[in-house]
Amino acid sequence: MAKVLVVTSGKGGVGKTTSTAALGAALASAGKNVVLIDFDVGLRNLDLVMGAERRVVYDLINVVQGDAKLAQALIRDKRVPTLSLLPASQTRDKDALTDEGVSSVITELKEKFDWVICDSPAGIERGATLAMRHADVAIVVTNPEVSSVRDSDRIIGLLDSKTERAEKGERVEKHLLLTRFDAARAGRGEMLNVGDVLEILSIPLLGIIPESSEVLRASNLGSPITLNNPASAAARAYFEAAKRLNGEALDVTIPIDRKGLFGKLFGRRAA
Amino acid sequence: MKILNFFKQRTSTAPVARERLQLLLAHERAVSGKSDLIAILQEEIMAVIAKHFPVEQEGITVKMERGEVVSTLEVEVEIPTPMCPSFPLPANSAPSDPSEPVSIEPETKMARTGS
Ligand SMILES: Nc1ncnc2c1ncn2[C@@H]1O[C@H](COP(=O)(O)OP(=O)(O)O)[C@@H](O)[C@H]1O
Ligand SMILES: [Mg+2]
Repeated sequence: MAKVLVVTSGKGGVGKTTSTAALGAALASAGKNVVLIDFDVGLRNLDLVMGAERRVVYDLINVVQGDAKLAQALIRDKRVPTLSLLPASQTRDKDALTDEGVSSVITELKEKFDWVICDSPAGIERGATLAMRHADVAIVVTNPEVSSVRDSDRIIGLLDSKTERAEKGERVEKHLLLTRFDAARAGRGEMLNVGDVLEILSIPLLGIIPESSEVLRASNLGSPITLNNPASAAARAYFEAAKRLNGEALDVTIPIDRKGLFGKLFGRRAA
Repeated sequence: MKILNFFKQRTSTAPVARERLQLLLAHERAVSGKSDLIAILQEEIMAVIAKHFPVEQEGITVKMERGEVVSTLEVEVEIPTPMCPSFPLPANSAPSDPSEPVSIEPETKMARTGS
């Protein structure tokens, strides 16, 4: 049974697109058929993070409006054959996305893929509610910081009211993904710690992604962190999160990059 | 000991963040849960006013604002000026009470739009 997953947050810049790419690649590497949909119309970025920006011909709006077939718009990943991308439009008006159009695209994708992952735009407006509309599962991406936690709370409210499942009286399965986490700063009390955020938002924890320069390197290169540097702490955290999404019961850990001073000095030169 | 406390105060801001969030979200959840109430109020107030004036659905806004001691329910109704009867204003009540929730005086309306 195909699952529709929305990666959402309310706040921008918290790591939705990064997480969509990383988790999508992790699930696909584990043999699942995965499609990533960029819902950020006008500000598309998922193609760039995936390294597919030069291969975009048609986009989600073309498909919704019937100007292109779904098969023409899907971009198959060159590294992982079971991973595809449906890019957003960079130029078109986001009002071109109709409810029925999105609904029929998702229905069609559910026939072909195991996971349909929707990368939500920031905000709580139409773009964000369209992205979550058909979700069975939601990942609420949150940074350990007051404004991000507040916005996540708003989004959780929307997941419980504005989704198709909510309207039918069913539940959307919600998971918290804590990203850009700095264990040292949380330990010193400079940043909300994991327990604080969990207690406030009270949804189950999918994973903790450490703040890491490896994430930036990966996006510079146009490769999800789970493909670009699978051994890095952030990638390991994403792999674990992907396993939990597939129903494996694993304890949540905070992976760390084991780099001493030596490693840091020479890691720099090797980069 | 003092120095330790000093450092603790300087760096441990997370508990403050946590407390502020808990307070704020408790309130925001209550309000968003009741946003239906605001919609119902809006509809009912609208029905009452519509008995006397031709008002549009968009011409009425109902807002709940939370203050520390009292909260206010703000109701604003826009009525096309030609439809407004000219009330004979009692001499001493001319400057309208700012806490008056419903304002239907054409003068007030004009002053607010700044024209
Ligand atoms: N774990 C992380 N460590 C360091 N930087 C990160 C991490 N996650 C995301 N970022 C960076 O944060 C920025 C915003 O991430 P992005 O995924 O585009 O957020 P969103 O899609 O929520 O707006 C990007 O520059 C990204 O590289
Ligand atoms: Mg994004």
